[in-house]
Amino acid sequence: MAAIYKRELSGYFNSAIAYVVLAVFFFFSGFFFYAYCFVGDTTSLSYVFANMFYIIMFIIPVLTMKTFAEEKRQKTDQALLTSPVSLTEIVLGKFLGAFTVYGLCCVIFLLYGVVISFFAQPQWSVVLCTLLGILLLGASMIAINIFISSLTESMVVAAVVGMAAGLVIDTMGYFISIIPVPWISAALEKINFLNYYTNFTYGILSVVDVVFYLSVTGLFLFFTVRALERRRWS
Amino acid sequence: MIEVKNLTKRYGKITAVDNISFSVDTGEVLGFLGPNGAGKSTTMNIITGYISSTSGTVTVDGSEILADPKKTKQKIGYLPEIPPLYTDMTVRKYLEFMFDLKRVRLPKKEHIAEIMRLVSLDKHGDRIIKNLSKGFRQRVGFAQALLGNPPVIILDEPTVGLDPKQIIEIRRLIKSLGKKHTVIFSSHVLSEISATCDRIIIISDGKIVADAKADELQSVLSGEQRLSLTVEGNPTQITEELEKIPDVLKVKKTGGSGYSVEYRQGADVRREAFSAMERINAPILEMKSGNESLEELYLRLTENAKGGER
Repeated sequence: MAAIYKRELSGYFNSAIAYVVLAVFFFFSGFFFYAYCFVGDTTSLSYVFANMFYIIMFIIPVLTMKTFAEEKRQKTDQALLTSPVSLTEIVLGKFLGAFTVYGLCCVIFLLYGVVISFFAQPQWSVVLCTLLGILLLGASMIAINIFISSLTESMVVAAVVGMAAGLVIDTMGYFISIIPVPWISAALEKINFLNYYTNFTYGILSVVDVVFYLSVTGLFLFFTVRALERRRWS
Repeated sequence: MIEVKNLTKRYGKITAVDNISFSVDTGEVLGFLGPNGAGKSTTMNIITGYISSTSGTVTVDGSEILADPKKTKQKIGYLPEIPPLYTDMTVRKYLEFMFDLKRVRLPKKEHIAEIMRLVSLDKHGDRIIKNLSKGFRQRVGFAQALLGNPPVIILDEPTVGLDPKQIIEIRRLIKSLGKKHTVIFSSHVLSEISATCDRIIIISDGKIVADAKADELQSVLSGEQRLSLTVEGNPTQITEELEKIPDVLKVKKTGGSGYSVEYRQGADVRREAFSAMERINAPILEMKSGNESLEELYLRLTENAKGGER
C-alpha cells in the first residue's frame, strides 16, 4: 500500500494535475475569503466554507479521474493486479494519495484563520471544526469519484460523470422539495450530503455527521474493490 | 513447478480457453505458440492472476493462485503483451516502485542495479520512460518481471515490435534465464520459439493441438519419418543401396538427383545412408530430415483445429 501511495503522489506532482488543482482551489477559496470576510467585514468563515462545495465538486473528479480509468487504458493495472498486494491495499493507496493532495488544498484555511487573527480574534474552534468537515466531505467525494473511475476506461468519462454526481449532490435539496411523496422525500433527506455538512460550517461537531461521511467513504471504497474484482471474473 | 489443470475461460458465449492442461518442470523454457487470438494471452493472464478462470486450477510451486494469491504472485514475474509502464516516471524510479510493490526482500539499490545491467539499461536509469523507444520500454518491462528473482517468469510476446538486433538480445536473455528460472513465453513466430525453447505447446482456438520437445515436435507429429537427399550418381544403384538399409520403408526419386527416403519412426538412418553412399562412391550433396518444415506443420495444426468452422 505504501508503494502505491508513494507512486500516486509522485504521479500527481510529476504531472500538472496537483498544481492545477491546488492553484484553482487556492484562487477560489481566496476569492471567497476576500469577498465574505474582508468586503463583508466578518470573522466568520462559515460562508466561505459553505461555498467551497462548488469548487470541490469540480476539482475532485479531476483529481481522481485517472486513478483506475487510466491504469486500465494504459494496461498498467496488469502490474498492480499481478503483484502480491490485495485489491483493498491498491484502492486504499490510491484513495490516500488523492486525499493527501486534497488535504494540502484545505490547509489553506488555517492560513485564512491566521490572516483574520491580525484584525480580530478568529473563532478557532469553528475554523478547525469546519476544516474537519470539509476534509470529511472531500474524503467521501473522493471515494465516490474513485468508484466512478473504476467503472470506465476513459478518464474524460470518469471526470464528467463525477462532476454530474457532484451536481446531483448539490441540487439534491431542490429535488427533494419537489417530490410530492412524503416518505420518499424523507428518505432522500437522510442521504442529502450537504445537510451533514452545514453543521460543521456553524462549528457544530456531531457524531452523526462524522459517521455519515466516514460510512459513505467506506462504502464507496468497498464498491470500488468489488468493481475491480468483478472485472477480473467477467 | 507450474501445473495447469482443465483451464477454461469464457467471455459470455465465446470460449477463449477451452479445457487446457499442461505442466512445466523447474528450469524448463516452454514456448507457447499460436496464431493471434488463440488464447495465449488469456492463459498467461490467468496463470499470473490478472483475470480469473471460469473453471480449472493453476498451481505454481505448490500454491494455488485463487486460494493463496499473494504467495503465488510473489513467485511469478510477468511481462504482459503491453509492458505495464508508468510513462511519467524515470526508469530507476519505476523499478524502485515495482520493487516495493512486489515486496522484494533484497538489497534494493544493488538488486535494481544488477537487473538493469542484465537488460542493458544501466546507462538509461534517469531517462523518463515516455521518451524511450519501444525496444527500451520492452527492456524496462523485462527488468520489472525479473525483480526479486522470481522462480517463474512469464513473458507474453516479448519480441514483438523489436528490431532484429534487439530480438536476438532478448532471445539470448530468455535462454540464459532458463538456467535459473522456469520460463513460459509466447510468440506467434515459430522460428523464435524453436530457437529458444526446450518444449513447445501449440495452441489454437483455445485448445492445445501439440505438446512436445522442441526437437521432437516434427517427428512426433508427422508419423513415419522422411529424409530427403540429393546424391550424385547412378539412380538405380543409389535406390537399391538405400533400400538395403534395415529401417528404410520406401525410397522415391523426387526428380533431378533428389531422393526421398521414408523410414520407421524412432529410427535414425542418416549414418547408414551416408556409409551406403560412400560405398558406391556417390557423393551426398545435401541431406535434410523431416518432410514438413516446422512452419508447414504449424500451419497444418492450427488450420486443422479450425477445420470445424470452415
